[in-house]
Amino acid sequence: MEYLLIFIAAIFVNNVVLSQFLGICPFLGVSKKVSTATGMGAAVTFVLTLATIVTFLIQTYILTPNDLNYLQTLTFILVIASLVQMVEIILKKVSPALYGALGVFLPLITTNCCVLGVAIGVIQKNYNLLESVVYAFSTAIGFALALIIFAAIREQLELVELPKGVKGISIVMITAGLLSLAFMGFSGVDGGLKILFGI
Amino acid sequence: MKKYIDILINGLIKENPVFVLVLGMCPTLATTSSAINGLSMGLATCFVLICSNLVISLIKNITPDKVHIPVYICIIATFVTVLQMLLAAYVPEVNASLGIFIPLIVVNCIILGRAESFASKHGPIESIFDGIGIGLGFAFALTLLGGCREFLGTGKIFDLTVFPEDFGALMFVLPPGAFITLGFLTAIVNKIRGVKN
Repeated sequence: MEYLLIFIAAIFVNNVVLSQFLGICPFLGVSKKVSTATGMGAAVTFVLTLATIVTFLIQTYILTPNDLNYLQTLTFILVIASLVQMVEIILKKVSPALYGALGVFLPLITTNCCVLGVAIGVIQKNYNLLESVVYAFSTAIGFALALIIFAAIREQLELVELPKGVKGISIVMITAGLLSLAFMGFSGVDGGLKILFGI
Repeated sequence: MKKYIDILINGLIKENPVFVLVLGMCPTLATTSSAINGLSMGLATCFVLICSNLVISLIKNITPDKVHIPVYICIIATFVTVLQMLLAAYVPEVNASLGIFIPLIVVNCIILGRAESFASKHGPIESIFDGIGIGLGFAFALTLLGGCREFLGTGKIFDLTVFPEDFGALMFVLPPGAFITLGFLTAIVNKIRGVKN
């Protein structure tokens, strides 16, 4: 039940993009078409879950026992960058079809702050390994959900006549604001579930 | 001298990282719930940007082309760690209010972007000025956005009460307000730039 709670809270209540502001760059950059948004969402889900497992293990078995916590930022970013590179190489060899679908998005993920943000976040929240994996996976699903909804809205927005000043990034921001406002409707749901499950 | 001032003005206004280049959106939206938070985030980023620009321009000739991105990321991450320790030691309250967004300066695309497009092609002094210009431009944008949100949300600017808090729209301090305020500010900046052109 606790895992279900983490899952729902990470997707709807504390949505990574719309209420924690992580991963805004890909959210704005690759949300012009629903198909690219889906591809990006899948790539992020894959890398984020994998990266969180690896960084969690490094933190627990290398950094904490040796009192090297100050190297956290440096280690994590290097691990994530090399992991992304490795995933790219392996996918190319093992599954060219999947590589074809995710390939272009993979290099972009290194600088996606939601990967580093979640990796550091699970350490700060003192989650155990299984909780971290569930949290990372559901955060990524939340990212993909927000990205796909937003891409669908933007596809419609293309057809609308807009005032000159708000064209481009401005209207995109305002739309994201309204979407974020809609997601605020979920706030409190996690508290309600806690009472319901008696946690 | 005029060259350096041009670089500075360029970063502050013509290539303002937030309103014109639209880079570094995560900290821009997340840390601007008040003017003072926006200002501290802006200055923190400015510090890292100046240091990384300087070091990268100094070593640009000895960095092998194939590994230049990992090298840059290491340099940036080092300065971020230094900053993190300095903040935790001297201003713990700033460190607490900015939280996870201090380590996330590493993946702020402004810094890697300037390293790629400016510091790796110019000398150290020009790179420092570019760091100051872009950094202050970022700090200015964040303070402006933070000030607007704080004013609309709570009726205060830098904790000085302008109108009673009861009349504020709380939404502007919450996440949706960040997107909407930035959207309208960009529209205003677009309008002003349009008039100039």
